[in-house]
Amino acid sequence: MEQIIVNGLYLGAQYALIALGLTLIFSLMNVLNFAHGQMYVLGGFVTYTVVAEFELPFIVGLFISAITLAVVGALIEKYLFRPVIKKSRREESTMLLAAGIAFFLDAVILLVFGEKQRGVPKIIDGALNWDFIVVMPYDRIVIGFLAILLIVAFILFMQLSRAGRAMRALAQDKVAATLMGVAVDRYSMIGFALGASLAGLVGGLLVTITGINLGMGGPASIKAFMMIMIGGAGVISGAIAGGFILGMMESVGLTVLSEYGNLTYLVIFASLMVFLAFRPQGLMGKPWG
Amino acid sequence: MNKTKIAGVAAFLLVLYAVVPWGIAASGRTDFFYTLTSVALLSIASAGVWLTFYIGRINIGQGAYALAGGYVSAVLITQYGLSFWLTLPLAGLFCVLLAVLIGLPILRLRGVYFAMVTLVLTEVMRLTALALPITQGAKGITSIPLPGELSLFGITLIPDFASLENPKIGFYWMAVTFMVIAYAVLWRIVNSRLGHLCRSLQQNEELASSIGVNTAYLRVVAYSISSFFGGIAGASFIAISQSIYPSSFQVNDSVNFMLNCFLGGLGYVLGPMLGTLMLYFGWDLLFTTGKYQLLIYASLLIALMLALPNGVLSLFDKKKA
Repeated sequence: MEQIIVNGLYLGAQYALIALGLTLIFSLMNVLNFAHGQMYVLGGFVTYTVVAEFELPFIVGLFISAITLAVVGALIEKYLFRPVIKKSRREESTMLLAAGIAFFLDAVILLVFGEKQRGVPKIIDGALNWDFIVVMPYDRIVIGFLAILLIVAFILFMQLSRAGRAMRALAQDKVAATLMGVAVDRYSMIGFALGASLAGLVGGLLVTITGINLGMGGPASIKAFMMIMIGGAGVISGAIAGGFILGMMESVGLTVLSEYGNLTYLVIFASLMVFLAFRPQGLMGKPWG
Repeated sequence: MNKTKIAGVAAFLLVLYAVVPWGIAASGRTDFFYTLTSVALLSIASAGVWLTFYIGRINIGQGAYALAGGYVSAVLITQYGLSFWLTLPLAGLFCVLLAVLIGLPILRLRGVYFAMVTLVLTEVMRLTALALPITQGAKGITSIPLPGELSLFGITLIPDFASLENPKIGFYWMAVTFMVIAYAVLWRIVNSRLGHLCRSLQQNEELASSIGVNTAYLRVVAYSISSFFGGIAGASFIAISQSIYPSSFQVNDSVNFMLNCFLGGLGYVLGPMLGTLMLYFGWDLLFTTGKYQLLIYASLLIALMLALPNGVLSLFDKKKA
């Protein structure tokens, strides 16, 4: 029982971090970023390259991965999303663009890093063993705490900094924020870069534990979509709640339903649809997002 | 205006039924039959997605209905010995039933919420197909017989596909005919009272309901028709590949159906058909570029989006204006 909870918390912290980036991008620009999973994979590969090939410390890899993804995100926003949003008659058109970017990143990752599963050596050996009630490798604990630390840092940034306040204002009401003198273009770009770099950070964190391969992008995107649906799209607290709820459900499901094989996700999906039938905007979302 | 339209339709039919088969026979590239058959069937499913766009909903769940339709047809043929031609409407009707049941709650959602739920729906269908005993899990259903003879009062309407010397051409004719019927139906819907009401939903649902449009009913009707198309396309696909697996239609396919609509243009009935042709053919033609295939394909997609964010068919708008 305790083991399930600890596993759930560990999974949830990483999931919440992925969902935070996605929900930030969505709240600022009303863009459903299909390429989020691919950004996460790219972050993992960058960390792998820095740590395993250049033999630099893990923290440096994580840092470089965040920077790379922030640059990629900023460029994507400035040169792809911004012109299309301005020219398009229906704002859903950005979904085609996002899917195109997802394909593009997939192709780039395939050409640059290949299709092999990659991983970096464990950062810390050994495992915490508490009377066999909870067994948890030390590196997972470290990664879990790093993820929680990043979440806290992100919330503090959004609440306390000037840029964070501007982004919250934009998410709340774009027109009013513009009238108050918030530079929409600049903060959209910063927001997209921040969201992308969060995806890169998670990729970097996970490469030490599960490794990374090309096929992980799509499923990661779907999971992230589910989390922000549970919590409510475009709401930061909702993304965190969604991440932890999904992590916990997965952890419980995999234990309870282990005899039935693939049933866990079917149950999660089905209950999600029932939940959304009663509460379409998720736990904390604004109605009709 | 009307005469040019009729002439256009006639020319289009001529190309489909005469010029294309002749061209393929002349060039000897019989593999194009399979490609074009796939395009025709996929464009039927895309037509369904387009109809849900028409009521202002982003549908990324068409793969779920294609899979359901395919499985209904496959199970009925292999386990109950029904004729393929009978299972085809049954597959469509099963999808309609499913769409009403699922649609009633989820059509209350809007925007990205609906999009994400439908995306999840595809995954649910795949996992259901894996878990149910009747679908035989990951093994799938294989060696489904080719469509048999369809006769009415002793007159053979459609010959047995197994007796054809080249079933590929038979399938091409079948798929193209289905596609023509589907788009004729779609065109009729759009230019009818139902189409006007759907447009009102697309623009402003509250306003539409306040002047007496039964929005809940309309949404379900449009979504069921859309799913019917999906089911038919799925069932026909199964007849060609003679096998079905839970992975026959997955999230990628659902996303592609949606992309077809975007690429062709959301405001044009023929948009999804053109989009399907371009995406599928483009991907096939780029096969020769080897490992750069995906890179070029994605770059073209992005470039096209930057140049024509309202779909390829919006090119013709500017000429008029």
